[in-house]
Amino acid sequence: MLSFVLRRVLYTLPIMLGVSLVCFALVHISPGDPLVSILPPDASVELQEQMMAIYGFDRSYPEQFLRWLGLALQGDLGNSIATGRPVASEVFNAVGNTLILAITATIIGFVLGGLFGFVAGYFRDSWIDKLATAISVIGVSVPHYWLGMVMVIIFSVELRWLPATGAGPGGSSQWVWDWEHMQYLILPAVTMSVIPMGIVARTVRALVADILQQEFVSGLRAKGLLDRGVLAHVIKNAAPTALAVMGLQLGYLLGGSILIETVFSWPGTGFLLGQAIFQRDLPLLQGTILVLAMFFVILNLLVDVAQTSLDPRLQRG
Amino acid sequence: MTSGFSQSDMSLIRVRDLSVRFAGTPPVHAVNSVSFDLAPGEVLGILGESGSGKSVTLKTLLRLLPERKATITGTVEIDGQDVLSLTGRGLADHRGGIVSMIFQDPSLALDPVYTIGQQIAESVIRHEGASKQDAMARALEMLELVRIPSAKQRLENYPHEMSGGMRQRAMIALALACRPKLLLADEPTTALDATVQIQILLLLRELQQEMGMGVIFVTHDIGVAVEVSDRLAVMYAGSFVETGSVKDVIRDARHPYSKGLLAANLVGAVPGTRLDAVPGAPPPLNALPEGCAFAPRCAVAEDLCLVSPVPLWSDGENRWARCVHAKREAARKDRMGAGN
Ligand SMILES: Nc1ncnc2c1ncn2[C@@H]1O[C@H](COP(=O)(O)OP(=O)(O)OP(=O)(O)O)[C@@H](O)[C@H]1O
Ligand SMILES: [Mg+2]
Repeated sequence: MLSFVLRRVLYTLPIMLGVSLVCFALVHISPGDPLVSILPPDASVELQEQMMAIYGFDRSYPEQFLRWLGLALQGDLGNSIATGRPVASEVFNAVGNTLILAITATIIGFVLGGLFGFVAGYFRDSWIDKLATAISVIGVSVPHYWLGMVMVIIFSVELRWLPATGAGPGGSSQWVWDWEHMQYLILPAVTMSVIPMGIVARTVRALVADILQQEFVSGLRAKGLLDRGVLAHVIKNAAPTALAVMGLQLGYLLGGSILIETVFSWPGTGFLLGQAIFQRDLPLLQGTILVLAMFFVILNLLVDVAQTSLDPRLQRG
Repeated sequence: MTSGFSQSDMSLIRVRDLSVRFAGTPPVHAVNSVSFDLAPGEVLGILGESGSGKSVTLKTLLRLLPERKATITGTVEIDGQDVLSLTGRGLADHRGGIVSMIFQDPSLALDPVYTIGQQIAESVIRHEGASKQDAMARALEMLELVRIPSAKQRLENYPHEMSGGMRQRAMIALALACRPKLLLADEPTTALDATVQIQILLLLRELQQEMGMGVIFVTHDIGVAVEVSDRLAVMYAGSFVETGSVKDVIRDARHPYSKGLLAANLVGAVPGTRLDAVPGAPPPLNALPEGCAFAPRCAVAEDLCLVSPVPLWSDGENRWARCVHAKREAARKDRMGAGN
């Protein structure tokens, strides 16, 4: 098991290197001059060259990459072109907010999806199954920015129960775990949880239905286990795959929340990414994407390790 | 007396007119009016082609059929219990406590994510309320009983970490852990290599004698059936067509189907022989013919065979066959005996 973890960690190193190379290349493959957004249109050639030198754009690509990577490893992702603040701290702050949102949404989605999926699979083809399946299909197919707006209209505008946008009173972006702040979390988290809920429900339903078809379940009944005993076996058999799906969903939410974060003005990475794109803030864009990609790689690693430690059949080889 | 079934109160199993239908259009008549008895400590071999309803019969004794799909009628009494009326905890106590089952393919019948030790212990905890520790001790004892080498380490193994023969031994250990009175063995050696098959058969026979339990042993393999059984039942299209002691059935089969099987297969009655010698195929179970289901394949079929119910011939003891000819032949023999 330990050697598996070490090997798996080693595998991720080249992946991380590749990911950082892509992030670096992003600046150079995107059309237009990277400095165009900060230089006045009538800037002199000297000024342009001066700025190129300051940002290091005059060196060769490998040289630029190594320098950038070296700084990134020390936690220096450069300064935002738009605000002049260090990218690292902007991203760090946003990552914290996104994590709070994504983890909350994943937990809600996993708990509800797991429950619906389990009940649907256990009572397959009954009306409970049909209801749960309908809910999960709707969950996956509804566009969630639209759902977000509907939720805002119902719960913020009409009922006035919950705030519509932001991550805290007075536009604060410093998260605290109190009700003052948590009421801002509810609408975006619930909106965001709908997709993982649908996907987890579908996966778990198929898993449970498949497990119940297997002969060993007859074997369990044949040795006299009561329903709850059989249930425990089904859960343990379904858990590795269900958790893997949950981990991947968390990964998607960490990166793919740009629409929801924009709808709710939630100051996370998606929001930041949107800003970086619209303002052509390349260092910010690069840094945000790099951090998100690393997250995804690490999350995949954790999912693999967790799944392996739960499923004895995967522990060999 | 013509019923042909012993009425002894000593029976471990008493099955009368058992029929099983699976919902469908038209419904599948998987088991049709099956009746038999089994004495404690007796081994009954059920012999039949693929699809003749052997597994469904066994599963009925454990009530393992899907309740929504299967309609069961008739009487099934095991150890004095009316099995068909059991529910909830009573049913769970019956399963694994009184009656255990070994499945055809042990790699499918064991839970892949629990260790062998856990799976055996779970059964002991469930039926005897033993502590975890005692249950594990029993699991170890059972693995030693079925002669799994280095049993202590094997307790910690998952099913995929064992060979097929080892897994079947573990399955047997699991089935016998709570000392059942009846063991149902559904082709327990079919999935194994020939040499391993013989070892498992010998082990089963030895344990059966040691523990004195009743066994129903299902197989398509005449050699195996003869080897392990006291009594044979030949099954065709969901019905028992003939039963009797191994000796009687082998020497003097009365039903044309059994005769066909035996004539073709008995010469080389070694384990591994399959039932494939009777020409033709059994009728579909969702469109059984009137009268005798074997008639369309039978060389001596006549108009009388197409009338239900098919007459039952019996020697008045534990031997009978459901066939027009068997009945007539016996009558002729009787007359000849009287005329002498
Ligand atoms: N759950 C079920 N639903 C519908 N039909 C079933 C079900 N289980 C069994 N059957 C049908 O019942 C019939 C008898 O099946 P069974 O498994 O008892 O055969 P078998 O004698 O054990 O054959 P084999 O030697 O191949 O194991 C088959 O036609 C099968 O299709
Ligand atoms: Mg079968």
